[in-house]
Amino acid sequence: MNQMSTARATESNTQMVGERTTRISARKVNIYYGEKHAIKDLSIEIPDRSVSAFIGPSGCGKSTFLRAINRMNDTIEGCRLTGEVRLDDKNIYDKDVDVVQLRSHVGMVFQKPNPFPKSIFENVAYGPRIHGLAKNKTDLEEMVVASLKKAGLFEEVKDRLDAPGTGLSGGQQQRLCIARAIAVNPEVILMDEPCSALDPIATARIEELIDELRQNYCIVIVTHSMQQAARVSQLTAFFHLGTLVETGDTNSMFTNPRDKRTQDYITGRFG
Amino acid sequence: MIELSAKGSNGLLAKRYASEKRFRAYGAIALALTTIFLGFLLYDIISKGWPAFFESHSSLEMKIDPDKVAAGDIANGDFAAIIKQSVREQFPDIESRADKKTLASFISQAAGDELRNMVLANPELIGQTVKVDLLLSADADLYYKGLIETDDKLLLDKFSAKLPVTQSISWRFWTNGDSREPELAGLLGAIKGSLFTVGIAIFIGLPLGVFAAIYLEQFARRNRWTDLIEVNINNLAAVPSIIFGLLGLAMFLNFFGLPRSAPLVGGLVLALLVLPTIIIASRAALRAVPPSIKEAALGVGASKQQAVFHHVLPLALPGILTGTILALARAFGETAPLLMIGMVAFIADVPQSPTDAATVLPVQIYLWSDLPELAFKSKTAAAIIVLIGILMLANALAIYMRRKFERRW
Repeated sequence: MNQMSTARATESNTQMVGERTTRISARKVNIYYGEKHAIKDLSIEIPDRSVSAFIGPSGCGKSTFLRAINRMNDTIEGCRLTGEVRLDDKNIYDKDVDVVQLRSHVGMVFQKPNPFPKSIFENVAYGPRIHGLAKNKTDLEEMVVASLKKAGLFEEVKDRLDAPGTGLSGGQQQRLCIARAIAVNPEVILMDEPCSALDPIATARIEELIDELRQNYCIVIVTHSMQQAARVSQLTAFFHLGTLVETGDTNSMFTNPRDKRTQDYITGRFG
Repeated sequence: MIELSAKGSNGLLAKRYASEKRFRAYGAIALALTTIFLGFLLYDIISKGWPAFFESHSSLEMKIDPDKVAAGDIANGDFAAIIKQSVREQFPDIESRADKKTLASFISQAAGDELRNMVLANPELIGQTVKVDLLLSADADLYYKGLIETDDKLLLDKFSAKLPVTQSISWRFWTNGDSREPELAGLLGAIKGSLFTVGIAIFIGLPLGVFAAIYLEQFARRNRWTDLIEVNINNLAAVPSIIFGLLGLAMFLNFFGLPRSAPLVGGLVLALLVLPTIIIASRAALRAVPPSIKEAALGVGASKQQAVFHHVLPLALPGILTGTILALARAFGETAPLLMIGMVAFIADVPQSPTDAATVLPVQIYLWSDLPELAFKSKTAAAIIVLIGILMLANALAIYMRRKFERRW
């Protein structure tokens, strides 16, 4: 229901960017992999209910920073972070923050579609189940259906929810992963190059979906494709060699970059 | 025109082809040699061992003489004498003492025991004439199978002319424990001993190994200690098995005072022996699960343990099971460490529990191969066939499990 009412607001989105409240703010973030200084003194504000795109050449640290937002970097040995990353007003690197709790609020979609080798239903039901979100079986079924609908996958798979998730096409798998991520009601969805393994048609379908989801979520997407960043995002941040070079409204950034490096990159001179 | 045939090259091409041909030939030769050796080995063992699965019988009608068997004391009746006398009566022309003795030696001592059991079960048979099954002794058995030539040829031929000798499947081989009489020696004791021993090795080694692997692979932080442990595990896998036997002797027998020759101790020693192998195989299987699966689970807010037990472990299970079964197949064939803890004794009783004295299949093979009686030669080969059969079954199971549970992602 929520989705339907917000769908109508889609056309007037561009004007609203400036008015949005900040959901995530990073201050003086430094990330190290052992000796390697991967992110240098990064500060950024990411608005709610919009899509923010991180662009930049390979190895510039955009994925590293993305993974810092739901502390997925914790699983990498030797990875350290200084500074603070705030979700709303809470520093997620505080001692009393539980990563499991954090990740139920900050979902993630990965580069390669990675559904569990289980049924489509089980893929989506897993999150609600471990967080105890559903009171009973019908409740859980409703949640799965709602998530699949939000991910725009339900119509394609409604007859075969028991079929393995790995049997779907690449684009469907990625939408299944998105459904899995939104099943636990996160506020933020992080997407790490979600279309890099997909064909153009599946990519277009995912981009459409991202545009719809933006009404309810704070979405952060890492992408290698500048056209994609231009198409789906309202805010763009350009990373280069571990530093955040420039951030700003997507339209103005692509038409009128302030930094020379940004201009070189978006015009294809390096990267 | 472009020259595309080999003639157009500067000779390098011909060299490359020749090298490839040589390599293929080496491969084919190696393969052929191994096939020949394996074929020879199997042929030799099976042709030698096959006869041991059969035994020779004869039968004779005889009167259960009340003089020799008292109705009130059947257990102490002289049944061997009844049989001996009845057989002698069939050959009145044999007169020399030596020949009579030889004639009696054709019948296994088991024949008397079986007759006793028959009468014990049905005391009314005393005084009646019954048909008695006569198990032949090992030497007579070998002669009738055509496996040996003997000085008693004339007597044996005379015997079989009068009392027809038949061959039948030797169930005794599967239901008896070890014995000094070759025709009575069976494998049940060793098979049960092996099952107890390997069962205990699985029961202890599998959970310990799998959990150690999960911890090391998924939970432990990499530091100097885990590196040290890893190096040591890899080294342990290469330690000669007899060292584990010595360890078991020192620790389980001398320090903890567990019973000697018991499958319990054998199982503990084999568990230690297979532990490094299980850990290494399990770690490899866990590592082969794509990290994206674990990331996906963590991404929806699963705890580390949930991610591992719900997603990584099920995917690694086929690999873990394959590794474990292969490790246990190795344990099945292990001899040396069990010698050290006393599982090498002559034990005629079939073990009823893991704390009874027992021996295992490979040790039984070792014991039989050492005995002077000719009949034990083919028993040895037969035991090898059984051992190989069990190992093949274990490997087939490993392949089946891998096929069945293997999932693609």
